[in-house]
Amino acid sequence: MPNALRQFLTHGGKHQRQVMFWLLLGALLLLPFITDALLGRGWVRIADFAMLYIMLALGLNIVVGYAGLLDLGYIAFFAVGAYCYALTGSPHLAIAFPMLFPDGIHLSFWIVLPLAALVAGGFGVLLGAPTLRLRGDYLAIVTLGFGEIIRIFLNNLNAPFNLTNGPQGISRIDPIRMGDISLNATQGIFGIALPSVHLYFYLFLAFTALVIVISQRLEKSRIGRAWMAIREDEIAASAMGINTRNLKLLAFAMGAMFGGISGTLFAGFQGFVSPESFSLMESIMVLCMVVLGGMGNIAGVILGGVLLAILPEILRHSVVPLQQALFGKTLVDPESLRMLLFGGALIVMMLYRPAGLWPSRVRRRELDSDEAGVV
Amino acid sequence: MSDRLLEIRDLQVAYGGIHAVKGIDLHIAPGELVALIGSNGAGKTTTLKTLAGLLHPAGGQIHYDGNSLNDIAAHRRVTLGIALVPEGRGIFARLTIADNLLMGAYSRNDQHEIATDLERMYALFPRLAERRNQLAGTLSGGEQQMVAMARALMSRPRLLMLDEPSMGLAPLMVQKIFETIRDIAALGMSILLVEQNARLALQAANRGYVMESGTITLSGASDELLGSDAVQRAYLGG
Repeated sequence: MPNALRQFLTHGGKHQRQVMFWLLLGALLLLPFITDALLGRGWVRIADFAMLYIMLALGLNIVVGYAGLLDLGYIAFFAVGAYCYALTGSPHLAIAFPMLFPDGIHLSFWIVLPLAALVAGGFGVLLGAPTLRLRGDYLAIVTLGFGEIIRIFLNNLNAPFNLTNGPQGISRIDPIRMGDISLNATQGIFGIALPSVHLYFYLFLAFTALVIVISQRLEKSRIGRAWMAIREDEIAASAMGINTRNLKLLAFAMGAMFGGISGTLFAGFQGFVSPESFSLMESIMVLCMVVLGGMGNIAGVILGGVLLAILPEILRHSVVPLQQALFGKTLVDPESLRMLLFGGALIVMMLYRPAGLWPSRVRRRELDSDEAGVV
Repeated sequence: MSDRLLEIRDLQVAYGGIHAVKGIDLHIAPGELVALIGSNGAGKTTTLKTLAGLLHPAGGQIHYDGNSLNDIAAHRRVTLGIALVPEGRGIFARLTIADNLLMGAYSRNDQHEIATDLERMYALFPRLAERRNQLAGTLSGGEQQMVAMARALMSRPRLLMLDEPSMGLAPLMVQKIFETIRDIAALGMSILLVEQNARLALQAANRGYVMESGTITLSGASDELLGSDAVQRAYLGG
């Protein structure tokens, strides 16, 4: 980023920052309309997904970026949130257990959301408790296993009793409603027609903003500093009077709650969930968003989330037509090209920008002083 | 027992089946500087970690200020006034010096007093004052040791435990660190100093203990230990 802009963003006066904020808000509010007009409705949907990813990345940033606990199974919490809403908001339970739930549960989304966040947080503690003594690679392996266990459970829990409907997944999930307004239909507000994807965009935007504010508050808080102390040196941290056990569990729980919220929104938006959406690859994607963007830095993580959510779509839309035009046939399918570019990008990043695209101020200072040879 | 801030009786610590500390007795009076010396692997660091609550004793009693410490968690011991400067310093490399020092006051709630103490630390360690916004990881070894000591003092301890403060430092810096330890002791704080540099440690201390493979083999006033043949031969190269 050019220095002038960086200066403007970080050192600008209060007035300047306010102007920036309103400009940014205006741009974001117009974004679905502009995207719709220029690129088509499919891209608004992609923007919606990008925001779900940003929430996930910010949640994982608490665990990995702040507390330094490498988690490779993070998508499991997204799955927990998604299935919480899928089970309570679809006819599946009524079909599978007609005796117990003759009409299904069909709780309001707004009741399920906090419950799902709590359930996901509980799963976070469930993962955290047995791994308290593990760090680094060892923790990564256990969390990876945890993520797979959740996915495999979802995949196989259609027998002996059909809880998750197995690999077919759960469909016909109720759309999210705000009062009497269903977000699944075009709504007219002030004479402007807002299609469903636009409505979801604004809803996700609000939740993303909330997650950003909570992240920022946490970072600057006593808890946030304790997490960073644990990340830096766990023994010294506990010698400072930090209850490392509780704070590590809290990091897992907070991260998991963000994941759960994102998952609940996903289930309501998509109307369908299946174990396929929660593969190991997804966990790795979210981790890459955090690492590529700039671990520990909220703005960097958001940037990472946007880039990695949108780039695969750009590839999907450009690779096939481009090859058709050049060679008359498709030689490489976009999916395998995506992994190739992805791996390449990671290697280049680690070589030239190890702290991420937009590192936190502290990390940048550290690298700068390394270069300057300050000892 | 008012003349004893810390009293250890028959302390044993084991890692799995290996007994690192095999039943030691040790005490510290208020305001006393006590050195615990011995070679590598004697069990000195294990003893300190156990006192800080980072390891659990396999047997024996730890009394602090008249109460048993055995069942008190590590993070609670800081509130009771026990501070550890861990081996290898354990600074928070990617936090600034100021944040490192503030972490030392994590267990305290008195914001105003904390700010005063922070200034006091900067007065005690002027080098840290100049660099307060620098990342602690970019400091030299000696400066990092200062950060670790200042950070421990920020908890307002009554018992300060230092684990190998001279490790890996240039001779000049070692002198400086020991001067500071003497200054802190002169303020009336009780200090338990673990060192491999036996001469320096005993010169600074009131009393000393010599530890060998998990047991205490000698103890007494520093002068006596410095003069004793056994210590001369084993640790002072005389």
